[in-house]
Amino acid sequence: MTTPDMHRPELVCPAGTPSALRTAVDAGADAVYCGLQGPTNARNFPGLNFTAQELRQAVAYAHGRGAKVLLAVNSFPPAGRTAEWKEAVDIGVAAGADAIIVADIGVAQYAARTHPGQRLHLSVQAGASSPEAIRFYCRAFDIKRVVLPRILTVKEISDLHSRIPCEIEAFIFGNIGMMAEGRCSLSSYVTGQSTNMDGVCSPAGDVHYSEDADGALVTKLGQFTIDRFARGESAGYPTVCKGRYCTKAKSGYYAFEEPVSLNLTRLLPDLMRAGVTALKIEGRQRSRAYVKAVVAAFRRAVDAYMAGREPGLDNLLALTEGHRETQGAFRSKAWR
Amino acid sequence: MQPAFRHAGSARPYPGAATVPGSSQPGRRYQDLPRRALEPVPLFLLRPLFAAIVAGVAGRHPELFGRLGPEGGKRILIDPVNLPFVLLLRPYRYRPSLTPHRRSEAVPHDARICGTFLTLLELIDGQVDSDALFFSRDLRVDGDTAAVVALRNALDDMEVPLADDIAGHAGPLSRPMRAALGRLRTFRSSHR
Repeated sequence: MTTPDMHRPELVCPAGTPSALRTAVDAGADAVYCGLQGPTNARNFPGLNFTAQELRQAVAYAHGRGAKVLLAVNSFPPAGRTAEWKEAVDIGVAAGADAIIVADIGVAQYAARTHPGQRLHLSVQAGASSPEAIRFYCRAFDIKRVVLPRILTVKEISDLHSRIPCEIEAFIFGNIGMMAEGRCSLSSYVTGQSTNMDGVCSPAGDVHYSEDADGALVTKLGQFTIDRFARGESAGYPTVCKGRYCTKAKSGYYAFEEPVSLNLTRLLPDLMRAGVTALKIEGRQRSRAYVKAVVAAFRRAVDAYMAGREPGLDNLLALTEGHRETQGAFRSKAWR
Repeated sequence: MQPAFRHAGSARPYPGAATVPGSSQPGRRYQDLPRRALEPVPLFLLRPLFAAIVAGVAGRHPELFGRLGPEGGKRILIDPVNLPFVLLLRPYRYRPSLTPHRRSEAVPHDARICGTFLTLLELIDGQVDSDALFFSRDLRVDGDTAAVVALRNALDDMEVPLADDIAGHAGPLSRPMRAALGRLRTFRSSHR
């Protein structure tokens, strides 16, 4: 039920293509986040993302319907290649993006100094979860909002809220991994490419699927077998953090994380009371069908809670990885 | 490059395959109907139809090729497992092609997408999420995954569903194609 201390949150939704952005806006997104083509954002997948022209058109579409566009420039430029990231910031500002989402301190510094009026958000890729770290980013780069890593309980988020001078954005749905955003090198170890600097975890060119004689789906990343899904078993993404491992202690078990998706529908009131300004849906790599279904479901849920009603919780299980959901660390540190 | 594709012509989609994508879905007892209905149709009758379809789409939607980028140079085998033929898509910017081949033919390709005809139709309709179909094992890909991902993303960016776009520009065939699409979608949604 709604209470006076419950804030109406902004629903922040993903878009990998201009069409997905329009779908998100039409489905009720308050804000849509997206990235430019290339390695400057954390979803650098083939056929995905926006050109500068598409971004300008997307901003016009969203603003015409009262929605915001947030541009993710949230990977880390390798040495000697900062020009591409600076250009991405410039493109976002010129297009009229409502905020630039940054992670690297050099990119943040460039954006803050070159475009002092531009609103900046701190990406989850920055991995800032302590009051001290977040306050530093706010002081140094005038960060207005932090996207929190998915390692904090709702109680911890509530405590954090009173100790930082910026807004909080929290993930509520979608893919989750090891929660070491900006620091994970597992994909880089196997493929030479990582989300951090190349904008892609488990690049599609290194992923190979096959089916064996038993009807099992075998997923490989580079030379490594990541998983083997028995006939009829729900499959998951081919990321190293969700692979099954054989060790001396155990065989064929998920050492890091299981194929499972975050779904915090039932925790929305707690998050809204904890001072969370924005609720984020993961999935820029997903289709328009996913965007439409998930955004519409959370639009209805948030509106229902704000109106003091209990929402009819949509079944989003079919869209989840491995067809399984979790509340992750948001409910308890006992998770994993 | 992947090994040449060869199909034994049975209900199994390719040698060694133990499962048929979509075989777990409701309505599966109807899944073999398209195969039986289209088996007698000679491919030489279908080739000009598919050539016209791909030429029309390429002419109306050049932006598709921009989104495909370097992956547009790959050959993608589309395998509707309950049809008697497969389709080889070459999404080349300047001479794209879509050609039907009998399952007994060896068709060199870089990547393959397998699913029932209705699953593939839903996919290009933008009505279902391809990752979800992959999780449920109703869609299978092998070979060059990057090529498949690029194609999926390029098609997903189309505002008008590809099937409707094709039907809308099919001249005298427009009306029957639209009617057929409508019936297929009704069938699909009633058996979901």
